[in-house]
Amino acid sequence: MSQLIANFNVTFPSFHLKVNATLPAQGITAVFGPSGCGKTTLLRCLAGLERSPTGTMILENEVWQDETQGIFLPLSRRPVGYVFQEPRLFPHLNIRSNLLYGWKRTPAEARKISLDHVVQILDLEPLLHRYPSRLSGGEQQRIAIGRALLTSPRLLLMDEPLSSLDMQRKQEILPFIQRLDTEFHIPVIYVTHVLHEVMQLAQTLLLLKGGTVTGIGPLEKVFSQLNLRQLIPESHLGAVIDTHVAEHDKEYGLTKLQFAGGQLSVPHQDRSIGEFVRVQILAKDVSIVSSQPAFQSSVLNVLEATIVEIGPVDSGQSFVDIKLDMGVPLLATITRKSLTTLKLHPGQRVYAQIKTVALSHEALD
Amino acid sequence: MFDLDLGPLWLTLQLAGITVLVLLLVGTPIAWWLAFTSSRFRTVIEAVVALPIVLPPTVLGFYLLIALGPNGPIGGPWKEVTGAALSFTFTGLVIASTFYSLPFVVQPLHGAFETLGRKPLEAAWALGASKLDTFFTVASPMAIRGYLTAIVLGFAHTLGEFGVVLMVGGNIPGHTKVLSIAIYDHVEVLEYAQAHTLSVGLLVFSFLILLFVYSLNRRLPIHVS
Repeated sequence: MSQLIANFNVTFPSFHLKVNATLPAQGITAVFGPSGCGKTTLLRCLAGLERSPTGTMILENEVWQDETQGIFLPLSRRPVGYVFQEPRLFPHLNIRSNLLYGWKRTPAEARKISLDHVVQILDLEPLLHRYPSRLSGGEQQRIAIGRALLTSPRLLLMDEPLSSLDMQRKQEILPFIQRLDTEFHIPVIYVTHVLHEVMQLAQTLLLLKGGTVTGIGPLEKVFSQLNLRQLIPESHLGAVIDTHVAEHDKEYGLTKLQFAGGQLSVPHQDRSIGEFVRVQILAKDVSIVSSQPAFQSSVLNVLEATIVEIGPVDSGQSFVDIKLDMGVPLLATITRKSLTTLKLHPGQRVYAQIKTVALSHEALD
Repeated sequence: MFDLDLGPLWLTLQLAGITVLVLLLVGTPIAWWLAFTSSRFRTVIEAVVALPIVLPPTVLGFYLLIALGPNGPIGGPWKEVTGAALSFTFTGLVIASTFYSLPFVVQPLHGAFETLGRKPLEAAWALGASKLDTFFTVASPMAIRGYLTAIVLGFAHTLGEFGVVLMVGGNIPGHTKVLSIAIYDHVEVLEYAQAHTLSVGLLVFSFLILLFVYSLNRRLPIHVS
């Protein structure tokens, strides 16, 4: 599989970034972390806007930076698209000229994406002859994305492209970003501090904290790490599961979602059979029963699972995180008291009662 | 009608025009460097560039006279290469005016480039534009108001030059006798009518230029925020 290898070690007056990462050069990789953790700096290193004195950056066997050999391509010679936090359109050029600025500077044989295609995908036709200052923030950001795409980049870097937009504009642009992968097959590195965007967009996740990588891998793997509590807000703690719509239960208004370990019932979803749906099961919404419940439960989703690992038990804390396996990883937060009462131990077969299944397209924050 | 020599007017316009051209070529790189460098010499260079604003023109003229003289650091090499002297020539005046008007061109450009910042430049680089390409296709058009101000101020300031010209250029008709000196000459010999004509001409001309530039500025489609 094609890969992106990035090793950077840069010191700034108040900050140190140290990253050794190998990422898949496909799909959307989210770089997530709190403000000031080095997300933007990492992106600027990837672009060549910051130069790590001992850095390496290789995209699919193409070396963009290798300081041991004195190789460093400046940004203008790297086939990357960069979408900044602000649109940064050129005010003296109309939208058409803004879109074509990079296209004109791309060698003809490297042009794989046409103006017509971008205009159609991003719905830019009515804007082409206008000037940036006359457009809304959302429209401008769409053009910034289109302008970057028209250089037919091998890698698309996006730095919180939605942060300056209101909720409605965000929902307007998210689908466009989701479609980038399927339409253009360009790997995207997407920096954000909003977990909701991570859930909606990413297949791979890189967690950054204080300039170092604290988690890296497929989204569902990182989201079942037991140390997740230290890395993301508690309100988002819980496993992420990719599912497909299996069937609709018309009588009770339910939709059944199929995943690698079974089925989940959720309130009716207006989706077609087979459609991809990503869900999150928050750890606090999962309770554990040690045997098949003797009493009927109002909880719809009760699934058999194996305890994989029990998180650190801290006598000062009321709660313990448990990692379960039900075909896919699942996290549960239970009280320390229950852990003792139920005598839970790794390898044990238990039942997980799942109270709520959150769908990633719903606003989680 | 009295006999009016329009030579000084023509000479003045030539001097101001050429000086502004030279200043754009010299001042742009200086302004760019000042706007984007992190060198600790920045403030020193900034102060040096601003000196002609505060120095009395006679002081500046005095040093330029020495520098442009046959044994001076500028005049000496010039004489060796071209065989001609610089002091009391039109070329000498252009060089002197360049120093004299330097801050009036560098400062507006410096301000414009600083307002511009790195962001649009990075955006252009990301779209595959080289640094020079970025300068001509993004930075310069976006700094167009800075250029307009620089041209107007540089031109107007050179038009009104008196002390430096008197020190460096003298008063040689057709070579260094510019408008301001011609007016002074007329007043000296009490030819008020001639002095009036030249003064009114300069006044109206300056006003028209400023009016043209400001109305052009207002129509520019660029609003850099």
